[in-house]
Amino acid sequence: MSAAVRRNVFLMFGAGFAALLLWSFGGLPDFGHYAGPYGDILNASSIPERQTTAVVSAINFDYRGFDTLGEEFILFAAVVGVASLLRNLRGERDRRPDDDARGRRVREPSVAVSVLGLGLVGPTVLVGLYVVVHGHQTPGGGFQGGVILATALLLVYLSDTYVTLLRVGPMALIEFAEALGAASLGLLGLAGLIWGTAYMENVLPLGTAGHLLSAGTIPLSSVAVGLAVTGGFAFMLSEFLEQTLVVRRRR
Amino acid sequence: MLQVVVLGMVAVSALAVVAARDPLRQAMVASIYGLVLGILFFVFAAPDVGLSQTVVGAVALPLMILLALAKVRGGEE
Repeated sequence: MSAAVRRNVFLMFGAGFAALLLWSFGGLPDFGHYAGPYGDILNASSIPERQTTAVVSAINFDYRGFDTLGEEFILFAAVVGVASLLRNLRGERDRRPDDDARGRRVREPSVAVSVLGLGLVGPTVLVGLYVVVHGHQTPGGGFQGGVILATALLLVYLSDTYVTLLRVGPMALIEFAEALGAASLGLLGLAGLIWGTAYMENVLPLGTAGHLLSAGTIPLSSVAVGLAVTGGFAFMLSEFLEQTLVVRRRR
Repeated sequence: MLQVVVLGMVAVSALAVVAARDPLRQAMVASIYGLVLGILFFVFAAPDVGLSQTVVGAVALPLMILLALAKVRGGEE
């Protein structure tokens, strides 16, 4: 197919697609004019039924907690996939992470980057922990907080060396966090079966909305997801860095 | 008005992602695009989605691209 024909085909279908898109935009409800019943029902029931001010978290970790369990294991499977793709292949060997190929020390980051990065590690961990444990009260939850926590590890690498990163977040600890988080979310669901109701039923006392210890199993699920996501992202980061900095193809 | 401004910023940064041809530069531009898209969700009153979009689009995705690029470009002695 020549370039001109290809362009004409693109222009034809592109114009059709644009027309359909504009047409469909015309049929959208105005902003703020939500028509469906479920959002209104959940907005009205999340505080009386679950003592949860963050409706999205009430859905993610309670009403549709089973979906979150599935998503959690999608992430788990993705991490396992990364681990098996990034293993050492035949003809690859590990070198010492603290030297460069020509026997020099690895270039260290500039003082400005080091100071800024190290200064941000503490606040990043604090924000991440806040987002994880307040999942039932404010926007966010285990997933968002977990990724923020994993970026703290990235900041450690950016402001120091890979060796320091291994000391702060050893691979065994990261793998343990990932496994513990994924397992505790699944086991938390079993509590419902033990209490004689349904899997992932919110069986703990609900407390009062707005208190840190309230909403039953929702904050616990958020923490479990937070652990698993922190572990998963930190694991992928460490695996990729190991591939980049340690593993070398044998000549 | 704010929403229109942010929509415009999303359109501009999305075009910038496509216009950047060097993968390294594209990862950086994609990070900015992810952040702007997160702000868009925020001004449309969806802070949960905004947070998820920010952590994935502005941090996780560009990070994976950068790490993959570092692996592809290095890796040999």
